[in-house]
Formats: sequence, structure tokens, C-alpha cells
Amino acid sequence: MKSSVSRLSLWLLLTPFLLWIVLLVLLPHLQMLRVSFQVRESWDTIAWGIEQYQNFFTESYYWRTFVRTGVMSLFTTFLTLIIAFPIAWYIARLARGRSKGILFLACLIPFWASELVRTYGWMILLRESGLFSSWLQALGWVDGPVEMLYNDVAVIIGLVYNGLLFMVVPLVTTLDGMDENLVEAGYDLGGGHGTVLREIVVPWAMPGIVSGCIVVFMLTLGSYLTPVLMGGKDSAWFTEQIFTQFITRFNWEQGAALGVLLLVLSSVIVWLGLKISGQSLRKVMG
Amino acid sequence: MGMDSDLFCEGLVRRFGTNAAVDHVSLDVPSGTFFSILGPSGCGKTTLLRLLAGFDKPDEGDIHIRGQRMNDVPPNRRPVNMVFQHLALFPTMTVGDNIGYGLKRRKMPLAERRKRIARVLEQVGLPDLEHRNPQELSGGQRQRVALARCLVLEPTLLLLDEPLGALDLKLREQMKVELKHLQKQFGTTFVYITHDQSEAMVMSDQVAVMRDGRFDQVAPPEELYREPATPFVAGFVGDNNRLSGELVSVRDNLADIRLDDGVLVQGRVASDDLQAGHRAELYIRPESLVLSGDALSAGFSSMQAKVRTTLFDGANSRVEAESCGQPVYARLPQDGSAPRLPADSSIRLAWNPALARVFGADSP
Amino acid sequence: MIRSVPRSRLFDSLYLAYLVAFFVYLALPLLVTAVFAFNDAPFPSLPWKGFTLDWYFADGSEGRTGLFHDDGLLTALWVSAKIAFWVTLVSVALGCVNAVLFERVQFRGKEFLYLLMLLPLVIPGVILGVSILVFYSGMANDMSAAWGIELDLFRPGMPLVVMGQVTFIATLSTLVIAARLRKFDPQLEEAALNLGATPLVAWFTVTLPWLLPSIFGAAAMAFLMSFENFNTTVMLTGSDTPLTVALFNRLREGSTPVLNAVALLLMVGSALLALLVMGRSSR
Repeated sequence: MKSSVSRLSLWLLLTPFLLWIVLLVLLPHLQMLRVSFQVRESWDTIAWGIEQYQNFFTESYYWRTFVRTGVMSLFTTFLTLIIAFPIAWYIARLARGRSKGILFLACLIPFWASELVRTYGWMILLRESGLFSSWLQALGWVDGPVEMLYNDVAVIIGLVYNGLLFMVVPLVTTLDGMDENLVEAGYDLGGGHGTVLREIVVPWAMPGIVSGCIVVFMLTLGSYLTPVLMGGKDSAWFTEQIFTQFITRFNWEQGAALGVLLLVLSSVIVWLGLKISGQSLRKVMG
Repeated sequence: MGMDSDLFCEGLVRRFGTNAAVDHVSLDVPSGTFFSILGPSGCGKTTLLRLLAGFDKPDEGDIHIRGQRMNDVPPNRRPVNMVFQHLALFPTMTVGDNIGYGLKRRKMPLAERRKRIARVLEQVGLPDLEHRNPQELSGGQRQRVALARCLVLEPTLLLLDEPLGALDLKLREQMKVELKHLQKQFGTTFVYITHDQSEAMVMSDQVAVMRDGRFDQVAPPEELYREPATPFVAGFVGDNNRLSGELVSVRDNLADIRLDDGVLVQGRVASDDLQAGHRAELYIRPESLVLSGDALSAGFSSMQAKVRTTLFDGANSRVEAESCGQPVYARLPQDGSAPRLPADSSIRLAWNPALARVFGADSP
Repeated sequence: MIRSVPRSRLFDSLYLAYLVAFFVYLALPLLVTAVFAFNDAPFPSLPWKGFTLDWYFADGSEGRTGLFHDDGLLTALWVSAKIAFWVTLVSVALGCVNAVLFERVQFRGKEFLYLLMLLPLVIPGVILGVSILVFYSGMANDMSAAWGIELDLFRPGMPLVVMGQVTFIATLSTLVIAARLRKFDPQLEEAALNLGATPLVAWFTVTLPWLLPSIFGAAAMAFLMSFENFNTTVMLTGSDTPLTVALFNRLREGSTPVLNAVALLLMVGSALLALLVMGRSSR
């Protein structure tokens, strides 16, 4: 009797989980995969084929954007890590008492606003009629208005900005848990700044680093607003093409294929990141 | 079963896989007594306690509380309360709410509840702390709140799972005495488990020494100390010296043993498996060993030993010596009258054979 | 590098300068957005033309329509609030059940299911939206074509947006609540049973109060994430556009200080929500 009660409660707990995972994650993605292999011959006849994938490889516009998106996302992730690490270190190890909490909260403030608002803020700053341009003119450093928006640098500034929180928080969490004696022992045993950082601090912070990098990479790769609003005409982002296929061209089959490709790219890079750093998804995310 | 037993168990068995954590344990705890179960970690005492509280079910055997069979009664219906090892005070409630938790479950009206909470806090010496959070209290205070939370329910049986373990030494000594007083004051039957023999000895009316899922001996503390029934009890309860040798003969309840260096000594027979020519072990407590000069009291046994060092510890000062390659400890006189004992000097240690216990080497 | 290891003065001042620069970088875009919500000019840029509350309260009579008279934005705000309400409700409920499932129950295949639970975190938001659109909207299309059954529920619109957002927000709320449950000492529940509570009463009087701060935290997080989400939402939205999508459409037409006004309102709202939750949990 006891075991049947516990079986019943297990199923009661398991059912919502399974409904969620199966109906909202697994089935939709399988269907997307299926649709990506469908070729629409006329409005009501469908055949199977890899036409959409062929399109991707034959039309250089697709795969160039694909590679560009991947490379720029990796670069953004790396840059975010470099920028965030000293900040996280300061908050976790150097700041004391109240200032520690305040600085940490200050890092969270930008995320009281949505990505759209943040991007909008950057647009006000960077565009031709924007603040930076006005300030530079007022200082007499430039003669006319300067357009700083609509280029790759602007996109990266915006993307790094979006990712910072998700890098700082896991870094602070892991660095906070580090025993300061470890660092002291490192110096005591004759290590310099470089070796202590490389051999003690970074290995310790690895779970935080990997978890921050995965989240930032995923956010960057999948971001849409920042590259679309801040990028130039020739700086397309891969998500833009997926949107185009679905929303303006109603070509679901092509859109699904591009979606599958983006998913494969993100999975492969996350998997590689985990393998190289020797971490597991459960450890860095759970 | 005794009519005035609060707790009576017979043939309790609890197996995990093939290993029996509790192996045919029977016990009978009279009403109003302080009963301790003493054993090293892993001996099964916590498992036994969880069986009594109802968090686990025995594979065999019965549990009776005040004559009622408890095997199928869920934990929340048993007239048994428990002080957990880490106290398990509810962190989301105040002290008063913690203590009132059980009363509330009994649907006692608020006013009555308040009265009882105030009274029990008074009794455990923490008046007016109702509105504090448990996290704000000291270790000793939390201990008392945990006790009060159980005692306010007036249980037939109070189970205590090494609750003093987390306290520092000084506070532990103090709480030992206090627990004993509280038990007398409330008259509740306590079943206390511990691995600390001094806790068990100081507080208990009866102590069960548990090893590998079984009870080796159940006796009042003094009997346990003076008449250990097994070599394990002799070694586990209090300090003891063990001397091994060959049994020569047994007469008048006294056994003659030839130690490995050829000396013939005597002790009382403590087990019935002694056979001449077999190995035997003699246990003699440090305070029973006297440093004798040449004069030897009549009937005393003695042996030569070589001083290694002296260990000064106030009233518990001892000399560490060596005999037949084994360390032997003897209590030094408390008045400081002992002669200086330089290392490597030779001394003679003597004892009254009536105070030594002899077991066969293969006794359980 | 740490407090106990001596640092040079130059290093210290460089470090400080870096910190200041970093926080300026963080604050600048938001500050600018907020300030221009009050500039008395039709376009959010310099020069500063003086302070006005027109972008909130103007009723359109003088060519300016403030946020509180802009029906399009107000409707969108209401749509977003409704979506966020349902997403919060479902995600937190799911999070509680999942937390109990993964922290308190032992069963075969748990590790695997846990990885499945984490999966939505490593799927780009666009893909989550696309896959749900393809599956449900496709299903509605097929049903309509084959049998003439109209499954409007599965057409792009609010239910689909809620489903899409729940997909990943439920993972986050599960992680928040599970982290708290992991710190719960199961002995507390035994203590409650021991004091006479039934298992159900023990859960509601001991375990749930312990989880409550994390439940509030997860709810606030879910609400904000839902409110701010764009990538998943834009794929699934129908005629009733939520706020982020409406703002995006406005922004493409050109920026006006009304957008700044909305942005500031959102920031203040999020900040208040965050403070509320933090205030609660620190108590």
C-alpha cells in the first residue's frame, strides 16, 4: 500500500513536468525538424527533401551571415568575460560590507529595463543626432555630426551590455565562495599575480565562467533587437533571417531549416565549451 | 511485559539489504526513568530511535508504548516526541510558535496555548522568549526550546537523539546535569541515545550498550562500570587496561593468568568460556592499580612495568607505563603523594583481584 | 589582488578608474533614456529644451499625445500585464512541483529528466518561439484544412505567447525554488510529524513557509522576464500586441519621447517590484 501511494505521488509530480517538456519543448522541436525537411511542391502537396538545407549552402548570404553571427557571438562572449571578471572580483573579494551589496545591485540595475529599452538608450547616445555626436561637436573635436550607430562596433557594444549581468552574477557567486586562504597560500608559496590568477583563481571560478559564458553566448546568438536596431545594412544577424522567413515571406519550411541550423550551432558550441572546460551542464546551470 | 512499562519492545529487527542495523533488540523501560542507549557511531542506535518514533518500520518484532502496539501507528499519532540531533527548530516560526506547534495540531484554543507555552518556557528556564526567533538564541537556549516543544505535549516517551553533540564542552557538561533535573521534574520517560559514555553514565537510570545492532548489556551505570558483561563493554565504558595472557586455572571465582612475560596474576571470572590453557584477557581500571613499593597487601596481584611518561590532568593524573609491550595506565594519587617517576624507571603495579575482570579471549 | 596582499598605488587607482568607467557604461543608456522622457522637444536628442510632463499627460490637443492618452500603448501594456500574469502563475506552480520532484523524490532516470529540464536554457529564444509556432499553428492549419475544425487557441495570439514564454521561464523558476528547497532540512518535516502534524499539514506549515521567499522571488522574476521578452513573443503574437512588440513597431517608425516615457515607466515598475521582493526576503 505504501509503495502504491508513493507511486501515485510520483506520477502526480511527474505529470506537469512531462506535459511541459513534451508539449512545449520536445514535440515542437521535433515538428520543426520535420517541417525543415518538407518541400512544398504546390499549395497542398508536400514532398520530403533537403532543398531548404541546400539553399542554405548554395546561397552565400545565408551561410555568411551564419558564420558571422557565430563568430561575433563568440567574440562578444569573450569580451564580456574580460570586462566582467575584474568587476566580479572587486565585488566578491575587495568590496566590504554595504558597498559590496550596493555594487552588486548596481550591476543588476540595467536589467530592470528590457533589451528594447537598453538598445533604445544606446541609439539615443550613438546616432548621428545623438548625445556623443553632440558632445564631440561641443568639445570642438569634430566638425559635423558623427554617425556611430549602424556598424559592428555599435552592435558589439550593445550585445556586451546585454550580456554583462549574466556574466557578473555567476562569477560573483563562485568567487564569493572561494577561500581567501587559497590565494594567500598561492602567494605564500612564491606565486606571482599571473600564476595565482591562472593556477588558483581561474580554475576555482571555472564553473561560474562556463555558466556565464554559456548564458551570454546563447543570449547573444539568439538576440534580435540589438543587431537589427544597432547594426548597419550589411551587418545582418542570423535570427533576422529566421524572422524574415516566418514573418515576411511565410516560408516556414526555409525558416524551420534555418532554425534547426541555429540550434545545431548553439548546441555544438555549448557542448564544445563544456567539453573543453571539463564541466557538465548540470554543474554549471543547476 | 511489565505493567508499568512505558516502552516495551521485543525482537526488533530492521534490515538494510542483508545488513541488520537493528538485530533482535528487546527492551523494557519502566515509567519515569531515564534510559540511555550507548554505542559507537554506526551501531544502529539512530535506526532504533527512528523505529520508536515511527519514521521507519521494523521488519520484525513489536513496539508497545503503555501496552499499546505501535507498529502500524503513524509518527504523528504516537504519544512519542523527539528532540532531534540538530534540534530541527522551525526557522520560519518564533519560539512561541515552535512550542505551540504540537498544541495547535491538537486544536487547543489560543488562550490555553499561550498559557501552556508561557508555563513550559518558565519550567525550562527561558521565560519571556516567546517572540524571539530560534536563530537569535544561544546553543543552550535552543536546546531548551527543543525540549520545551516536546515536553509541552506531555508525551509518554521523550526520545533524544544526541542533542548535546553540537554544544561546546563546557555547555555540554552543564546541560547534562540540567537534562537530568528536567527529567526528574517532569517525570517523563526519556530514551536518550548517545555515543558519549559520560553523558549516558551521568544522566541515566539504565544504560543499554549497543554494538552491531544488538545490546551487549543493559544495566544501571554503576553496574555497567563495575561489572561489565562483555570485553566490549569493559573497553567502551570508562578507561580500562587490558592485559592478555594464558589462563592457568580457575578457582573460587578467581582466575589465574600467566601474562606474556611469565608473571602470574589474578582477576575475577567474568565470562563462562574460560578454559585452562586458552588465551584470556584481564581488564583492570587505572584507578584500581596502585603503585606499590616492596610492601604488597595480602592477596594482591602485581606486575613490573617501565615508566614511559606521566600525564598530569588534575584529579585524573595518570602514569603511562609499559608491560609486555603494551601500554598500561595507572591513576596517580590525587593528593600529589606519588613519588617522582622518571622515564624508563621501573615500577610495580598492584591490584585487588576482586576489581579485575577476566574474559576468555574469544568472548563476544 | 586580495585585501591581504599589498597592491601598488597605481594599480589601485587604475582599478578604481575601471570600476567607475564600468558603472558609467552601465548607467548611461538608462539615464539618458530616462532624462529625455522629460525634454520639451519632439525628438529625444540634444539640445535640452526644458522640462515637460507632456510625454506622459498631453492629450493630443496640441499635436502631442502623452503615454496616458495613447490608447495603442496602453492596450499593449494591458496585454503584456495579462500575459505576464498567466506566465507567472503557470511558471511558479510548475517550478514548485518540479523543485519537489527533483529535490525530494528518488526515481529512475532523474538525471536525464533534470537535463531535459535545463534544455530550454540552451535553446535560443527565437527557436523556442519558432518551434511552438510551427507545431501549434501548423496543427491548427492542418485541422482547419482537413476537417474544418478551427483551433483558434493555437493560432498566434495570447495563449501561444504564454506557452512560449512558460517554456523557458518555468526552467528559471524551477532553479530558483529548487535551490531554496535544497537548503531545507528534511528533518524539520519529521519534527512536524513527530509533533502531531499529518504529512499534508507538515508541508503547509513547515516546508511552504520556508519556500515562500523563493516563490516570491521566482514570481517577480517570471513577471519581469515575461514583460520584457521580445524574441519568443514576437513569433507568437497575434493581433493583440504586447508592449515590447508595440514599442518595437513604434521605434521602427521613428523615435519619440513617448517611448522614453514608457521606458522610464517600465524601469520604475521593475525597480519597485525588485525592491518589494528584496524587502520581503530580507525580513
